[in-house]
Amino acid sequence: MTEITVDNVFKSYAMTPVLERVSVTLPDHEFCTILGPSGAGKSTMLRILLSMETPTSGQVLIDGVPIDDEPQPDRGVVFQRYSVFPHMTALKNVMIGPELKAGNWFTRPLGAKRRQLRNRAASLLEEVGLGHAIDKFPSQLSGGMQQRLAIAQAMIMEPKVLLLDEPFGALDPATKRSMHGLILDLWERNKMTIVMVTHDIQEAFTLGTRILMIDKVRDDPHAPAAYGSTITHDLKLDPNRRPPLAVVTEDTMDASEDDPHSMRAIFARWTENAGDAVLEKGGAALKAHAD
Amino acid sequence: MKRAFNYVPSRPTAIMLACLPFILAVIIYLIGSEMRLAENPKDKLMPSFSSFGEAMNALAFTENRRTGEYVFWQDTYVSLERLLTGLGISVALCLLIGLPVGFLPYLRRMWEPFIAAFSLIPPLAVLPILFIMFGLGETSKIVLIVFGVAPFLTRDVALSVAQIPREQIIKAQTLGASTLQIMTQIILPQVLPRLFDSLRLSLGAAWLFLIAAEAIASEGGLGYRIFLVRRYLSMDVILPYVLWITLLAFLMDYALAAMSRWACRWKHLEMKPA
Repeated sequence: MTEITVDNVFKSYAMTPVLERVSVTLPDHEFCTILGPSGAGKSTMLRILLSMETPTSGQVLIDGVPIDDEPQPDRGVVFQRYSVFPHMTALKNVMIGPELKAGNWFTRPLGAKRRQLRNRAASLLEEVGLGHAIDKFPSQLSGGMQQRLAIAQAMIMEPKVLLLDEPFGALDPATKRSMHGLILDLWERNKMTIVMVTHDIQEAFTLGTRILMIDKVRDDPHAPAAYGSTITHDLKLDPNRRPPLAVVTEDTMDASEDDPHSMRAIFARWTENAGDAVLEKGGAALKAHAD
Repeated sequence: MKRAFNYVPSRPTAIMLACLPFILAVIIYLIGSEMRLAENPKDKLMPSFSSFGEAMNALAFTENRRTGEYVFWQDTYVSLERLLTGLGISVALCLLIGLPVGFLPYLRRMWEPFIAAFSLIPPLAVLPILFIMFGLGETSKIVLIVFGVAPFLTRDVALSVAQIPREQIIKAQTLGASTLQIMTQIILPQVLPRLFDSLRLSLGAAWLFLIAAEAIASEGGLGYRIFLVRRYLSMDVILPYVLWITLLAFLMDYALAAMSRWACRWKHLEMKPA
């Protein structure tokens, strides 16, 4: 069981608020996608979950225990780029996690233990579709293959939570689709919680069982930095009834994260199209309407 | 008629072209030497190739009557020993200091400005201090090389540590790595290729400091010999020594490049996706 609780998190840089009043509870085995216009603070949210940054106030708990204030092996991560070590082969990149965790040069796995680790790493690489490339260095792999490697590297640590920061943002559409299949597969088989930041609405609806839209509720056009963002929409999707992908429209492709208005409109249309697949709606925007 | 830069030589042509300036230099020297010797057979400025041969034969292949040593090889040995000791100590220092200073914010704030200032001290200006402190023996010469090369290498290592993407350091933490593990297993291997390059660039400076130190106070070495025979205008010794030093420097440069390719294979791969 892994339950992530974000409890009234505020984050500001100098005097500029980025996030305010962010509270959400993610139950075990959730696939949570975080959407939002650029600059809204969705990556900041992920960095807080990763302990790359500490919230100005509020806290994050996993199973009721506040997360450590440094990145730790209980939370794995895949970034958009630079997630793998360029000086190690694919196999070594996957083996390095357990090796590092085992401790120093003298306590690292040797002999039978090392062979066991090697086999585990190799089968994990096989699983993510890199069985043929275990001796290649990252620079010899394509962008999609590097991300597969990064996922395998994180998976071998069996983290409770896997954090993904726009992991497929730099990939072409076909590669992206095959990566979606891979990540859903791994998520279902390993029963972990995934939190993924993306600016691709289609991706968010395709993968997520939970969609959080991080955006500004209050916006002062004369002082755009006056208010921080919060969770404006919080959708729970039925994992067994994924929203129809047929709603992919031209404008979805054009959804620009630089234009908050178009993003909000397209998000609303997607929510509508998702229909019965949406089990529950929440978020600050809903509350604002209710008032 | 194509644009000039669109004419690219084939490989054999390229090799021939590369040899041409060397051949040209030799020919020009030969002509100059011939002309001067025709005018004055005792001219010392541009000796003929045969007098190079005689001088070198006497120094390299004839036992010295007084010491029983082969002077040329003894000079080479002494100089290389000083140079390699100096460079070795510099590399050790630059890793021992540069890695932690580049990686740990507290150490960086404390030492980076100091190292930057330290690396600007002209090493030759402190040579007298080194002679006073360490005497005229081997120590002061090696220290001069270290003084001239290590601060530059240390700064370079510290800077290239800072260039490693932050994502990698975060990633290593999520894999459970400690500070020391990250420094030795993630950062050090990625700094090495750059260190090899910087070391190659430092070779010129290292030779400069070696020869300067040997010229001023020494009892042997390639630089010592050149400055010793200068009194007799012995160009027949100086020129072959200069060529020999150049060759040694070139071979060291080549060896470092080869070591880099061997030790950092990942850096020298052709960037071809599989």
